[in-house]
Amino acid sequence: MTGAASAGSPVDGVLATVTIGLSLVLALWALVAAVRHRPPELVQSVGLGLLEVALLALTVSAMVAVVGGERPGEPGAFFGYLVTLICLPPLAWVLARMEPTRWGSAIVCAVCLVLPVVVVRLQQTWEVVGG
Amino acid sequence: MADTGTARRATNAGPGRLLIAVYILFAIAATSRAGLQIATKFDEAPVAYLLSAVAALIYIVAAVGLARAGHAGRRVALACCSVELVGVVGVGVLSLVDPELFPDETVWSGFGSGYGYIPLVLPVLGLLWLWRTRTAADA
Repeated sequence: MTGAASAGSPVDGVLATVTIGLSLVLALWALVAAVRHRPPELVQSVGLGLLEVALLALTVSAMVAVVGGERPGEPGAFFGYLVTLICLPPLAWVLARMEPTRWGSAIVCAVCLVLPVVVVRLQQTWEVVGG
Repeated sequence: MADTGTARRATNAGPGRLLIAVYILFAIAATSRAGLQIATKFDEAPVAYLLSAVAALIYIVAAVGLARAGHAGRRVALACCSVELVGVVGVGVLSLVDPELFPDETVWSGFGSGYGYIPLVLPVLGLLWLWRTRTAADA
């Protein structure tokens, strides 16, 4: 982190784009599984795992920025969204494990559709300046 | 499975589990939003923020009711979904008629338009699901 005054948002870069893309691909995959009456399988578990890794990386990059002196526009909402985000893949995984039917895949799909929305909200709460 | 005897399906299995998952997501969203608003700027729009808190509570209780299944759980879920439907339609109409009443967005403003109208669809799905899993004992 170079201390440039506004070095761009730490949650609005390649990492965030990859996270959103991965989430949408997984949502589509899970949707196809649900439509084909398939329960969640290994690909969905691995996908959720990768998603979690991406979100943790996003969290680390946000933390680095905060330690480096940058501040989100709405700190309360920002950290709220961040904590929620980190919890989403495990939540989907646990619920999907409890429901080893097509509806388990539907749960993974639903959570993976919500996740990108939360990422975008996260980015918005970082960028609001002087609010 | 602790089931109520002749139930064709418990409310907490199959599509019901998806419904519970979405209820959990909304419980999280509404709770954190209401908590933050009440903690940081309660004076700006107390009615809207209290309403958000009530909505959050209803989502939590509905999720628990559906997850518990059984007779009591069904009753709780039925009550929550009904209140939710009345709430989202009522607040939706009120926020159109008199925007002054809710100066800040709530989960239910504009029929839940800020949340992809899911708050409007969710109680309907909940009621349909309760109806589909009903038994003679629930009459």
